[in-house]
Amino acid sequence: MIDFSYTIWILLIPLFMFVVVGLFGNRFKPLVSGIAGTSGLFVMWILSLVTAYKYFFVLEKAADGSFQKFLAVNIRWLNLTDKLHIDMGILLDPISIMMLIVITTVSFMVHLYSIGYMDGEKGFMRFFATLSLFSFSMLGLVVATNIFQMYIFWELVGVSSYLLIGFYYTKDSAVSASKKAFIVTRFADLGFLIGILMLSFSTGTFDFLTLTGQNSPAFSTGGGVMFLGLSTMTWSMIFIFMGGAGKSAMFPLHIWLPDAMEGPTPVSALIHAATMVVAGVYLVARLFPIYVVAAPVALDVVMYVGAFSSIFAAVIACTQFDIKRVLAYSTMSQIGMMMFALGVSGYGGHEGLGYMASMFHLFTHAFFKALLFLAAGAIIHAVHSNVLNDMGGLRKHLPITHATFLIACLAIAGIPPLAGFFSKDEILAAGHEKSLMLYWVEMIVSGLTAFYMFRLYYSIFWGKNQHYHHTPHEGSWTMTVPLMFLAVGAALAGLIPFSLFVSSDRMPFVSHIELGIAIPAVLVGLLGIITATIFYRKETTIPDQIFNALGGFSRAAYRKFYIDEIYLFITKKIIFNYVSRPIAWFDRHIVDGSMNGMAYVTNETSERIKRFQSGQLQQYALVLISGVVLLTLLFTYLWTN
Amino acid sequence: MFEGVPLTWFLITGTIMFFVGIYGFLVRKNLITILMSTELILNSVNINFVAFNKILYPGHLEGMFFAIFIIAVAAAEASVAIAIIINIYRRLVNIDVEKMNEMKY
Repeated sequence: MIDFSYTIWILLIPLFMFVVVGLFGNRFKPLVSGIAGTSGLFVMWILSLVTAYKYFFVLEKAADGSFQKFLAVNIRWLNLTDKLHIDMGILLDPISIMMLIVITTVSFMVHLYSIGYMDGEKGFMRFFATLSLFSFSMLGLVVATNIFQMYIFWELVGVSSYLLIGFYYTKDSAVSASKKAFIVTRFADLGFLIGILMLSFSTGTFDFLTLTGQNSPAFSTGGGVMFLGLSTMTWSMIFIFMGGAGKSAMFPLHIWLPDAMEGPTPVSALIHAATMVVAGVYLVARLFPIYVVAAPVALDVVMYVGAFSSIFAAVIACTQFDIKRVLAYSTMSQIGMMMFALGVSGYGGHEGLGYMASMFHLFTHAFFKALLFLAAGAIIHAVHSNVLNDMGGLRKHLPITHATFLIACLAIAGIPPLAGFFSKDEILAAGHEKSLMLYWVEMIVSGLTAFYMFRLYYSIFWGKNQHYHHTPHEGSWTMTVPLMFLAVGAALAGLIPFSLFVSSDRMPFVSHIELGIAIPAVLVGLLGIITATIFYRKETTIPDQIFNALGGFSRAAYRKFYIDEIYLFITKKIIFNYVSRPIAWFDRHIVDGSMNGMAYVTNETSERIKRFQSGQLQQYALVLISGVVLLTLLFTYLWTN
Repeated sequence: MFEGVPLTWFLITGTIMFFVGIYGFLVRKNLITILMSTELILNSVNINFVAFNKILYPGHLEGMFFAIFIIAVAAAEASVAIAIIINIYRRLVNIDVEKMNEMKY
């Protein structure tokens, strides 16, 4: 058995960075904090790679040939009673190691990129301190040994996301976006907490090892009491999924993600594309055995929500004009696909193909979506605008960005042999086995994905040449190197035989590309690309004609199907008017009123009786003595009778 | 010396002294006379103590001790009270108790 306890440093380094840069960053030049953060991330990246190598290749496997799942570090943190205790520690298994790699890689690249991108910004050091806090919390989340540790880091991730979205805190839109993100995810986390309490109440444990192990108490409780036709276990897993859906921007809790694009672009790449938003997928994957065995209905919920979110977001993405918002909806759509893949999956071996596909897509998506965001950042950096209409013909000015963006677009569109092809193919294959209708839905989604990505690509890099205030140019090497590195990742990540490492029961299996699914998928992707080429390669009026021909539907899609308006209606018109106002009235008139009444009565009484304090010594003495005499007479009377 | 004097006589004397003291305390306006009235009250109690001790418990001395104790306390109290009265006189050139009514509502 190899000692993995050094993995604690992967968590301690960013925490240390956060404290040091956050407290003392002001004493040095801004660049120092950038370099400190980046070098810290580099060390963590190397440590994660070493850990992955040792785990997958050196560490001996369990007796049945599966990868081991064990606690590398375990500290008893809160010892409430003998049975009820909350631990902190590091759980190593294939998915947590995969997430370590994803997070440290993307985070390292984003740190490096931010040195160039954020150069000269006010609050440079604050930015890096918060990024370190985020890295710490996200890593703590994925290695959590128990559901409570996960919840703590889950909230920490939410806080750092809030801080980073609101980085430009003088901008009103950024402030309201950060608040929106925090409140919406916090609302979802309420569900998560309820789910945790229900789950741990019926199973009596927080630990993932016990919960998802062979003889999990979650399997043997038999589901518990029924409510509305569903068992306690199903309800608790649905509530936990609600937390995951909030963080992963699943319909209808997705409204915060597009607004979160108000944050600096590297933040969008790291948090709102590659790592934090997939936490919900990771959560479902972490508790997957319970979903499969004890709560299949909840897993169906995951499947339908995922599938609906993916097509819903893909349609909206086709109509948006803000480059980052298109990418945000694309992220939502891709995460929907991951959720869908988890939802259709079974447990063990080839049955668990969907699980593997979901994790695989999470892995490849992290590369190409982070790349897309960083490239978008480079474009925004060059033209100082987010809006597609301000761009065009940039391929000559930004050759590196152009090449890397194209690779990422091809990858997400699922063109072989780039990364997205492999993972998307596995998802479709898994979907095909479960439900033919949803399989076609996902097929349409991948076509739409190819279409809107190439719509973006052509609108930015081709089309008419805009008149720019000054000639756009590439950023410094710290910005281009991450682009190229991630482009290599986006191109090659799919060639990893993923099913040999990650599977639902940690048992390696061999998965094949199924031509019957791969060929239509690629054709649909190509169809999307070709359509986009016809529409946007040169400036045409076809898109406008189609937009007008679809009438109400396209207008609704442009306005994001009025989900924001519905939320506003519910909160402002219904909750404020019919709940908050009566409660405020009650507070002002009944609660405050009774307090004021008591004060009034006291005041009046003392006003009346204060004359009694005359200051005349003999008067006091007279009263005292009369009292004594009266009492004496009274008691004498009482006792003698 | 007082052989044959019944206890009741002592008690009647004490009671009269006590109420004379109370009356003086309540109606006299001069602080010195008020102080004297308090002394009367204290000494009426002393008479009771001594009389009870002498007649009811001839073998004991607790009543006597108590009387001596009260005399000592009364002496201390009188000195403090007179010091206060002198200070009041210096300030107000008056020792009428009705004029001293600053500590009211």
